[in-house]
Amino acid sequence: MKIAVVTFPGSNCDHDCYRALKLLDEVEPEFRWHRDRELGAVQAVVLPGGFSYGDYLRAGAIARFSPIMEAVVAFAREGGLVVGICNGFQVLCEVGLLPGALLRNESLRFRSHEVHLRVESTGTPFTSRYRKGQILRVPIAHGEGNYHAEPEVLAELEGTDRIVFRYVTPSGELSPEANPNGSAHHIAGIVNESRNVLGMMPHPERAVEEVLGSTDGLGLFQSMVDHLTAGVTT
Amino acid sequence: MSETTEATSRPRSTKHPQPRPGDPPITPELVDEHGLSPEEYERIQRILDRTPTFTELGIFSAMWSEHCGYKNSKRLLMLLPTEAPWVIQGPGENAGVIDVGGGLALAFKIESHNHPSAVEPYQGAATGVGGILRDIFTMGARPVAVLDSLRFGDLDSGRNRYLFSGVVKGVGDYGNCVGIPNIGGEVFFDRAYDGNPLVNAMALGVMKREELILAEASGVGNTLMAVGARTGRDGIHGATFASEELSADSDEASRPQVQVGDPFTEKLLLEASLELIRSGHIVGIQDMGAAGLTSSASEMAGRAGSGVVLEMSDVPVREPGMTPYEILLSESQERMLVVAKKGHEAQVREILEKWELEAEAIGEVTDDGHFRIEEDGTVVADIPALPLTDGCPTYEREGVESDEVKALRARDLSEFLEPRGDLTDRFLRLMESPNIASKDWIYHQFDTTVRTSTVVRPGGDAGVIRLQGTNRGVAATTDCNGRYCFLNPREGARAAVAEAARNLVCVGALPTAVTNNLNFGNPLKPHIYHQMREAVLGMAEACQLFETPVTGGNVSLYNETDGQAIYPTPVIGMVGTVDDVSQVVGHGFRSPGDTLILLGENREEIGGSEYLYRLHDGLVAGEPPVVDLLAERRLQHAVLALIQQGLLKSAHDCAEGGLACALAEAAVGGTGGPLGLSVEVHDRIAPVALLFGETTGRIVVSVDPEDEASVLGRARNHGVPARVLGHVGDPGDDFRIDSPEGAIRVPINEVARRYRNTLADLMDRDSDIPGGESHAST
Repeated sequence: MKIAVVTFPGSNCDHDCYRALKLLDEVEPEFRWHRDRELGAVQAVVLPGGFSYGDYLRAGAIARFSPIMEAVVAFAREGGLVVGICNGFQVLCEVGLLPGALLRNESLRFRSHEVHLRVESTGTPFTSRYRKGQILRVPIAHGEGNYHAEPEVLAELEGTDRIVFRYVTPSGELSPEANPNGSAHHIAGIVNESRNVLGMMPHPERAVEEVLGSTDGLGLFQSMVDHLTAGVTT
Repeated sequence: MSETTEATSRPRSTKHPQPRPGDPPITPELVDEHGLSPEEYERIQRILDRTPTFTELGIFSAMWSEHCGYKNSKRLLMLLPTEAPWVIQGPGENAGVIDVGGGLALAFKIESHNHPSAVEPYQGAATGVGGILRDIFTMGARPVAVLDSLRFGDLDSGRNRYLFSGVVKGVGDYGNCVGIPNIGGEVFFDRAYDGNPLVNAMALGVMKREELILAEASGVGNTLMAVGARTGRDGIHGATFASEELSADSDEASRPQVQVGDPFTEKLLLEASLELIRSGHIVGIQDMGAAGLTSSASEMAGRAGSGVVLEMSDVPVREPGMTPYEILLSESQERMLVVAKKGHEAQVREILEKWELEAEAIGEVTDDGHFRIEEDGTVVADIPALPLTDGCPTYEREGVESDEVKALRARDLSEFLEPRGDLTDRFLRLMESPNIASKDWIYHQFDTTVRTSTVVRPGGDAGVIRLQGTNRGVAATTDCNGRYCFLNPREGARAAVAEAARNLVCVGALPTAVTNNLNFGNPLKPHIYHQMREAVLGMAEACQLFETPVTGGNVSLYNETDGQAIYPTPVIGMVGTVDDVSQVVGHGFRSPGDTLILLGENREEIGGSEYLYRLHDGLVAGEPPVVDLLAERRLQHAVLALIQQGLLKSAHDCAEGGLACALAEAAVGGTGGPLGLSVEVHDRIAPVALLFGETTGRIVVSVDPEDEASVLGRARNHGVPARVLGHVGDPGDDFRIDSPEGAIRVPINEVARRYRNTLADLMDRDSDIPGGESHAST
């Protein structure tokens, strides 16, 4: 199956996502350029991390206007799987596929280290390979990952099982120390109402091999493959 | 693809360049302001056979500055070993290149941005990273890692905290945005760096061997193109500025000489440059770094033995009215000079446009060996290229050791060896020294895992990255203890090379080559020149022995504030190769019950130690640790072999803070959390020296108890003293060291708490974070 990885000027995790997808036998990753107007025949789209358009104005604020994003939005509205990682998450919020916004980290500093994530929802095409409550070790690297939304939006996310990952301690508890950026409700990742669009700040593509320190991110990409394979056969 | 070799169609001017309207007259004062001595000015007149124009004077000033011309260091640098079978490119290019196996080559280099960082820490450090990355990708290599070697004054000063905080943010924001992982480096605090911080950035890049491209302007008629950002009025005379001493007024007056970086443009330039190089449309490419267009164009001509002619009115500028002098000497960032094959200019433009960048033809390659500058067709400068680039006078100066240093070194330290008994409190104070405490506060601001190749992250003995698509890896480290070099420059430089190599073997890498950054004071002072010569001699001896040739680097002189020089700080950036990254070991303990073994010997050395500085009011005295190079080499061979045989679970060398701090760093450094330990040492030497002395040539390893005898036996077969120290404990156990006359006993979690919180506690009390626009995500 074909999965598109979009490259904006300033993307710097596009090749990492490509390589992570390449580890799965079923997947043929393909790059799409920000000026492309069509996605072509792909089954899913990854918006990678980086500093699209230098993060000028606001992270993700300019990327949402690039030609490829029209195609990505149309693809998502038709139910196509879209995952935005880090800067990709910011773009998804800016373009309106996901609610809320990502503010500067509470510390006002860039934060880059391994975090522990608790899988909150396995009822998504991105998390079926995980157990509910499973603790994942995945790196973060961002300056604007502080998830913010209106109280009613947060309540809706909570009430509809749309919070997919939360930052927790190694043993799985919520604590301010384990929240690296001040995110509301310790949110690290959410899905949209139809559950086909995922945005997350941590980098699952950096946790796909033992030699890199963790393989906990692999399940996310495998879950997508499972979902797409099932979709093809039924 | 045909290459045109017709002679240039441009008519050759035989007229001498004339002064432009508004040029100041050439007076001895003006010559002096350009940092040129009367003798150097006479040489310029002889080269030209006439008086230079103002524009030409500016060109010579930049090219013959210390920064570009190496006039006070060249003769010393010639003493360094530069060759080995695996060296593909030695000194003289943008970066050194070595063969790392599997058809791959590694480009690497270190460079300083000390002066700009002293004036504007955020931009100074950021543009330092930008410049070193360009040096790497202009060789055809994709940058894969950066390291940073930093020095500041003590953190009790608000000014030093401001500099430290701004530099860390600048290094981080730039590398994070371009998407290059930071894999290590070092930071050292000492009052000797008050007002004159050192910011040395190192970068590594990987390419296929055949992708190597050199910075040469060859092929008469080929087109010179300015690529990337436009030329502005920033950083004019940065190279000359970098070759002067700083003073209290440097701050305000020099700020316009500091450039402003844009990592987003850099990222586009990186991708565009690599695409250009692979496209076959260009023959050469060089960063417009120090001395901007002047040095890039003249050096490319000088290397190729060709000439160039540049038309100033064709250079894309940020503002109208810039003079040739300003255009030629601007150090605006993120610009490249490209030599396109004649007739391929449109294809070059097309690649640049894809990356939303500009490319303008600004001149061409000639065969007359001249560096000629025109403005609307009128010649404003005409200089023979080779004398300009290679004719800078070089000096061998008189070096004399200062009496002050002699006295400090000879000082009797026996009174400081007295304390005995419970040394726990002294130990904890050392663990809280910013020179020993965890550097997580720094590294957590750097993206260390982008590019998904980082095998060992910062904080260990050396960083390791995997070469994509292989099991092979490359390791890198930067090292230098300026205190040792101050007390004894030759020993200090030997120790720096030995420590760098030791750090590499501790992760399982074979040391292969060096890039150096020679940071010193004013070379015209005899005691400074003495430091330079001695340090280079020590470095040469050690590099020869470890078979790690020097493939390039950087010299930063005049690091003085109000006449006070920094410690001589010859930073060693060393790279090594790893055959199989799955065999790499870290510095932290892994399992309770493992046996701790010391490889190497304890000696009663306390001179130049962190212990004296931290616990005795900043005392810097005594003979620094003496390196036994042959013993060191045996030790390193042994450790590398033991790691490759899979017998070691961790390895960590003893450095600042000695044996006790090395054990503590390993105890709290494991990925699974802190582990206690219980150790006994029986040496009959003063306990302070035993526990905190910084004797070199020692590595602490942890091994499975079953492998204990095997490791001891193999080490001894290598001629390395080896003995069991004790065992790794459980989480929450005590950290416990007993010796005949001194002991340390404290819960490991207390050690970990102090070790981890020191820098954050010192730094986060300041509410304001300096720096420009923040770049946000990855």
